[in-house]
Amino acid sequence: MGIVIFDGVAYGMLLFLIGVGLSITMGLMNFVNLAHGTFAMVGGYAASVLMSRAGLGFFPALAAAFVAAALVGAVLEFLFYRRLYRAHPLDQVLLSIGIVFVSIAAFTWAFGPSMQPFTLPAVLQGQVSLAGLQVGRYRLFMIVAGALVLAALLLALGKTRYGAMVRAAVDNQRVAGGTGIHVQRLFFLTFTLGCGLAGLGGALSLGMLGLEPSFPLKYLVYFLIVVCVGGAGTITGPFVAALLVGIVDVAGKYYLPEAGAFLIYVFMIAMLLLRPHGIVPRKGLS
Amino acid sequence: MKMTKRTLLASAAAAALACIATAAQAQDALKIGLIATYSGPYADYGRQFDAGVALYLKEHGGKIAGRSVEIVKKDTGGPAPDASKRMAQELIVRDKVQILTGLDFSPNAYAVGAVATQAKVPTIVMNAASSAITTSSPYIARLSFTVQQVTDPMARWMLRQGIKEAYTVVADYASGQDAESAFKKAFAEGGGKVVGEVRTPMNNPDFSAYVQRIKDSKPQAVFFFFPSGVMPPAFLKVWKERGMEEAGIKLFATGEATDDSFLEATGDVALGLVTSHHYSYAHPSAKNQKFVKDFEAQYGKSIRPNYFAVTAYDAMAAIDQALARTQGDASGDKLMAALKGMAFESPRGPIEIDAATRDIVQTVYIRKVEKNRDGQLVNVEFDKFDRVKDPAKEAK
Repeated sequence: MGIVIFDGVAYGMLLFLIGVGLSITMGLMNFVNLAHGTFAMVGGYAASVLMSRAGLGFFPALAAAFVAAALVGAVLEFLFYRRLYRAHPLDQVLLSIGIVFVSIAAFTWAFGPSMQPFTLPAVLQGQVSLAGLQVGRYRLFMIVAGALVLAALLLALGKTRYGAMVRAAVDNQRVAGGTGIHVQRLFFLTFTLGCGLAGLGGALSLGMLGLEPSFPLKYLVYFLIVVCVGGAGTITGPFVAALLVGIVDVAGKYYLPEAGAFLIYVFMIAMLLLRPHGIVPRKGLS
Repeated sequence: MKMTKRTLLASAAAAALACIATAAQAQDALKIGLIATYSGPYADYGRQFDAGVALYLKEHGGKIAGRSVEIVKKDTGGPAPDASKRMAQELIVRDKVQILTGLDFSPNAYAVGAVATQAKVPTIVMNAASSAITTSSPYIARLSFTVQQVTDPMARWMLRQGIKEAYTVVADYASGQDAESAFKKAFAEGGGKVVGEVRTPMNNPDFSAYVQRIKDSKPQAVFFFFPSGVMPPAFLKVWKERGMEEAGIKLFATGEATDDSFLEATGDVALGLVTSHHYSYAHPSAKNQKFVKDFEAQYGKSIRPNYFAVTAYDAMAAIDQALARTQGDASGDKLMAALKGMAFESPRGPIEIDAATRDIVQTVYIRKVEKNRDGQLVNVEFDKFDRVKDPAKEAK
């Protein structure tokens, strides 16, 4: 029982790490960014290539993954995304799904269609005893990383001037602009941050999911579930949702392996019926 | 530029010559339609097919049975039976191909089989491993393998090692279910007992729940079947992390789990895994060593030939020999008759085409993942089952 919850939490943390960036972009900018997985993939490839070809360690590679995904995000925001902030959601979907397909083709061309090699550093291999449970070190590391990111984001958004501006822009863009907040620059920064987080999540996923060019499409559903169930535009919402999805998924597969695969969809439907605007609804919506 | 009478004449003559040349070539060239996956997550399959075909043609001066060869490729982009059927029709009607081949996914092979029956075009399956494909059309011969053919020897070998209890884990799709039933049947016939079974979804990000469940039920051994690619490494990572080996649970699989083209990317988690399959890149025969050397000379060391490339190579060899028997007649009935009962040496070892079922009969090897002298992970064959037929057809 304990180990099942632990595994579920670890898996949920991974979903949170990748999905939280999407919650920020979708909630703050009302931009339906289906290409979020692409940024996770950029981070994953950056980490994997730097580790296998340049001999970089795992932890510096994580930082590099954040930077690489943030850079790609910044460039794409500047070139494409900023033109469509006020556009119809359908146009945004079209743009972002197009980016997904282009990225899949580009990564296949550059790195080949097969999986990227990856070996965990020795410190994160094997198991460690924790309160009577034999838990995987890597999973424990993922939980710690997820908790750190959550704390950092809550602090940054709740306590800093930047955070206050972001919250203001989330609540009402026009009024925020009227008070002298440079909304476009804010969007640019926040989008970049969201992409960077996705990249970090992508790199952390290397030890669990296989990384190949179809990554952004394969896991898209999971990111969307986390954000929809949690409530776009918040940090704690996706966090709670990701943990619940992780636990439901792992527990379902453990106790009811025949039904395990679709239990999370049942969970999603039930949650959306109960709380259509998400577990932690955005201010002004509920 | 001013065009003089002379240049005009010369170019007209050249054009006429070119026309004659292409016409002559069209008469001579053997046209083969290759239906495979060249894009999407399975684009590797098409690349391996191409490599195998190209190697055979290069070895034989670009000719099959004395004729030049034209390969017309079609990309299905993955499992796509409707598209495959349409492509087969196009190849036969518009491109006038005489032989169809390729076919990586079983649903595609079934769809093309229907067209082959109608048009009486001989079709050589290069991979699709569902047992009933060869029964579905009299114009299909298979040179790859069937899931049952490689699963059944694994069960028998495990019994020989004194394993009496096993737990099965398969991916929930047609081939996974085939592997599960073939394993259960062979294992039960030999006196073993399947103590648990689980089917995992195809798109499964985290295997921890399944592995934990197995760990808690403490079986003697586990047999798993996943399609080659991302699933086996993800499973093996969790297996290693959970300390299953230390818990005394033995792990076995079919060769998809240690597919040569993904083995390096899978990494050390695969070390020591025992699998059953018909081809290993490290097969010690002279024929295979030459094959691997030629492959490296052509494509470098970054990709390895796997069972796709070998089967593609063998498909060309089979067409070559069959055409030699029919004196170049590629019509459906004649070519199929020539293929039946054909036996030759492949890089994987001796193979033959069963005269009754048109399916492959071959040696199935038991292999273990080890590091070779260059530090590469390879499947080292250490035991074998000779002349294994498809057990699913034997039963009928």
